[in-house]
Amino acid sequence: MSDSEYTPKSKFGKWFNDRLPLLSLASHLTDYPTPKNLNYWWTFGGILTFCLITQIVTGLTLAMHYIAHADMAFESVEHIMRDVNYGWLIRYIHSNGASMFFLAVYIHIFRSLFYGSYKSPREIIWIIGIIIYLLMMAAAFMGYVLPWGQMSFWGATVITNLFSAIPLVGEGIVTWLWGGYSVDNPTLTRFFTLHYLIPFLILGLVVLHIWALHVPGNNNPVGIDIKKPSKDTVPFHPYIVIKDGFALLMFMIVFAFFIFYTPNILGHADNYIEADPLVTPAHIVPEWYLLPFYAILRSVPDKLLGVVAMLSAILILAALPWLDTSKIRSAVFRPLYKQFYWILVADVLILGYVGAMPAEGLYLLIARIATAYYFLHFLVVLPVLGLKEKTLPVPLSITEPVLGGLPNLVTAKNKESLK
Amino acid sequence: MAEKKTNRRDFLFTATYAVGAVGVGATVWPMIDQMNPDASVKALASTEVDVSSLNPGNTITVLWRGKPVFIRRRTEEEIAEAKSVKMEELKDPEKDEDRAKNPEWLVMLGVCTHLGCVPLNDKGDYNGWFCPCHGSHYDISGRIRKGPAPTNMEVPKYEFVNANTIKIG
Repeated sequence: MSDSEYTPKSKFGKWFNDRLPLLSLASHLTDYPTPKNLNYWWTFGGILTFCLITQIVTGLTLAMHYIAHADMAFESVEHIMRDVNYGWLIRYIHSNGASMFFLAVYIHIFRSLFYGSYKSPREIIWIIGIIIYLLMMAAAFMGYVLPWGQMSFWGATVITNLFSAIPLVGEGIVTWLWGGYSVDNPTLTRFFTLHYLIPFLILGLVVLHIWALHVPGNNNPVGIDIKKPSKDTVPFHPYIVIKDGFALLMFMIVFAFFIFYTPNILGHADNYIEADPLVTPAHIVPEWYLLPFYAILRSVPDKLLGVVAMLSAILILAALPWLDTSKIRSAVFRPLYKQFYWILVADVLILGYVGAMPAEGLYLLIARIATAYYFLHFLVVLPVLGLKEKTLPVPLSITEPVLGGLPNLVTAKNKESLK
Repeated sequence: MAEKKTNRRDFLFTATYAVGAVGVGATVWPMIDQMNPDASVKALASTEVDVSSLNPGNTITVLWRGKPVFIRRRTEEEIAEAKSVKMEELKDPEKDEDRAKNPEWLVMLGVCTHLGCVPLNDKGDYNGWFCPCHGSHYDISGRIRKGPAPTNMEVPKYEFVNANTIKIG
């Protein structure tokens, strides 16, 4: 696994390493050659690992006090908030931690989109990432059901009912998911079980994600293949460890702000009302991180097609390495793609906004246009752009534009305009 | 090498796979079926409701199998309105007579056929019900008129046990 031959210094270390090469693994991770031009957008991988560990640790402690029963779940959450020592803190870390996790994952995904990290030879890393993202959404959704408030109950009802759109077997599947004829106690207990399981599945996939990353090595802001190790790389430790650590501290300041100053701003007041199967809250919306997909669901007037559109919006990402036909990875050298990239960012933000608004009038019209554009970007813009776009010349190495020698970035651009 | 022929060993492999597949299926099925409604859930199949205090133009909501059921005592005007709708105007054509055997009483699941929210009474563009979740409008017969819901609100199996009592289920 290690790029260089590694032999432990001590006799015991050598004896152990010959039987289980953990020290070789540690040496590989320490020396792992990393592009020296990685910017702060590359620190979110480490931040995401921190988020996952935080959710697992706080989740385990919450599970010691939570009771997964329709009659007691709501009360047990209040018990955690009022009676359990530091229960309020642990729960606020866990509930805001979900939002922080998604904030970090969206930055991580959009970083990949900007610098073309999903392209060959990193398709498998990308697809594992999409699976992790899907599992995160499942875990977040089921976790939101556990407090058994009004939003929990009706969110669960609406999302599970998405499966009823499947022709013929849909109703049977929904009854099977519920374990009854509506969302009720059997639904709650199985959601709790799965909510407990999924983070460990994610953990396993994260190991594969990093393993697959360590085969070709990191992409970088210039987006070119580099020789490893070379003048273009630095060892992971201490260079990247320190940089990741600093970024993590900045991230934790934002995290702490939410926990201590506005712990409920990202939630809904309705979820502090206990679940009532007879009354639907006037305005059902999912958590902020699912809003763009919710907007896509609502923008299609047909039930089945709405569900298909929503799922396609996520699954289309898995095909991205083949939809983007450009050989150049980084948007830095793709003047047109760079503009379309920012339009896509705006489009997703608009979808998120209209997803939070009532599905009527102008909002509905905007949601439909934004939905159409979302698919247009992936199905038309990206394939065509790769064939038509005139890209800028890329440097031959990372060192070249920094330590002199032609062509550097600026002169390359000028040269282009002289032609 | 000699040409490939089906021999004893191929037969044994195929037979082993087949028996293995049956074994896996028989082991997995209980794991899947345990998630279906259990005996205690199925036992709560019917509910009796006293409707003697319900005035014309009013609706009550009762719980049946964990789901809300709307029972509306309709006025003469509402019945006339429900019957006057032309079938061509409906997304899921169904006569009012087929939905309410006794036109004065409309009994249906108060569950939007889109994604399962509970529609609101006396709201919407058709003087019936309106679902706040994704904007489906139902008429006074509970038929879908506008919005994403694909079908009319479902009429459950029910009967009048006597003049004042409806048995649902």
